[in-house]
Amino acid sequence: MIVTEQKPDREVLEAVQKYRRVFIIGCGSCATASRTGGEEECRSWTEKLRENGKEPSGYSIPQETCHVLLMKSTIRQSAEASSSDAFLVLACGAGVQAVSAASDRPVVAGLNSMFLGTTERVGEFLKYCSLCGNCVLSRTAGICPVTRCPKGLLNGPCGGMVDGRCEVDRTAACVWVAIYDRLKARGDQGKLAQMNAPKPYVSARQRKVEPVNISRKSAGRNAR
Amino acid sequence: MTRLSEALAGKEFVITAELSPRKGTLVTNFIKTVHALQGKVHAINITDNQRAIMRMSSLAASYLVLREGMEPIYQITCRDRNRLAIQSDLIGASALGIKNVLALTGDHPSVGDSPEAKPVFDLDATTLLHTITRLNAGSDLDGHPLKGATDLFPGAALTPQTEPLEPVLLTMERKISAGARFFQTQPVFDMDAFRSFATLTGRFGTPVIVGILLLHSAQQAQDLNAGVPGIKIPDVMIRRLGEAADPRREGIDIAAELIRSARNIAQGVHIMTVGQEKDLPVLLERISG
Repeated sequence: MIVTEQKPDREVLEAVQKYRRVFIIGCGSCATASRTGGEEECRSWTEKLRENGKEPSGYSIPQETCHVLLMKSTIRQSAEASSSDAFLVLACGAGVQAVSAASDRPVVAGLNSMFLGTTERVGEFLKYCSLCGNCVLSRTAGICPVTRCPKGLLNGPCGGMVDGRCEVDRTAACVWVAIYDRLKARGDQGKLAQMNAPKPYVSARQRKVEPVNISRKSAGRNAR
Repeated sequence: MTRLSEALAGKEFVITAELSPRKGTLVTNFIKTVHALQGKVHAINITDNQRAIMRMSSLAASYLVLREGMEPIYQITCRDRNRLAIQSDLIGASALGIKNVLALTGDHPSVGDSPEAKPVFDLDATTLLHTITRLNAGSDLDGHPLKGATDLFPGAALTPQTEPLEPVLLTMERKISAGARFFQTQPVFDMDAFRSFATLTGRFGTPVIVGILLLHSAQQAQDLNAGVPGIKIPDVMIRRLGEAADPRREGIDIAAELIRSARNIAQGVHIMTVGQEKDLPVLLERISG
């Protein structure tokens, strides 16, 4: 689940300033679950745009806004969307860019994309993964220090840990102590005496994932 | 060999003091303090944007110390630089003659005066020590050979007054494997508690220099307790400072007492002040006798 939050109204209104007819695109997946880009939010932005002298031309909530082909057909099939000056997209960064790739008209991002969240209960998401491209969870007792330690340390705890608490937020538990507790319960805490090597920063190199070829020949190659 | 490494190897009781670089280019008072410490300490720790407050670089300030004929302990954190910048600074330090390095993770930017800064932490204290070990052996972190290896004496930080203690000890062990040759602790105010901690760390055989913080008022002590992670100043000390006619003198007395009891427990003391650098020479004069 990609967790998003609403941008401040002023920032969005500033970004749509130049455009008169604005079409809103929400998202039926993550942003609906995050309550940032569902039915309610699309209606509320329709009102806000109107109050600010704009001409909201309608809204659409595609199943997955992060799908370029789906965005192309969504825009093509809607006269209101096709005739708008700009799109206000209430979706994550991947959604905004899918709309941007599907149309040559300007897009305005209505949300900030926060993190890949683990759902605790409906509407409550925990910041557990940052899609860093190099998963260390097998070495850290299934708790991600890259995301959950404010410093993203691979070798902790740091000197800011006091009585099991984190230096950045005194009310929060130090994630490296949580990792230690888990390992200790398995008699495996000695792992902490071994260094985790510096992390390869790979995300800048990866631009695209190609479609997986499921033909028998290549499946054999992949299995090797 | 540095004066510090020789003293530690020779089991001398080491005395170091800490100076913060200035926020700005005016270094007159900084240099004055360096002069006042001449002959009184083995080395001077130069902090690296301590508490994430932006100041002159610790590399430049360490060089100012060296230029005045004193030995710096160049503190370097992982907060503000990636592995390229850290390695080039370390090579630069060694070439300038700055050899003692204290490898730190660094406080998070959110606690400092530029809270919106991007935290780097490409390396951490352990992998930084590992990097120094590599540079000393003549290659960079990625295995490329250096034209001229560094000659650095790396140390690390240690937090003695915290719970749980086991991860702290495991971290110490990890830092030693990565190359730490000495440790400096955060400020200690309870030498009895530190004595039992020292029995746990003694088995590693790596020298520990205990941190002493020079206090100057009861208010300051209370602020430190509330604001700085890991600082636990006992109530009885705060009372002493509060009741004293001259709290600054009382602070010096307290520090001198702590240093005296540290002599049998640690391999040295690392004296820190919070803006009371001018009292350092008085304290050093007191403990030299």
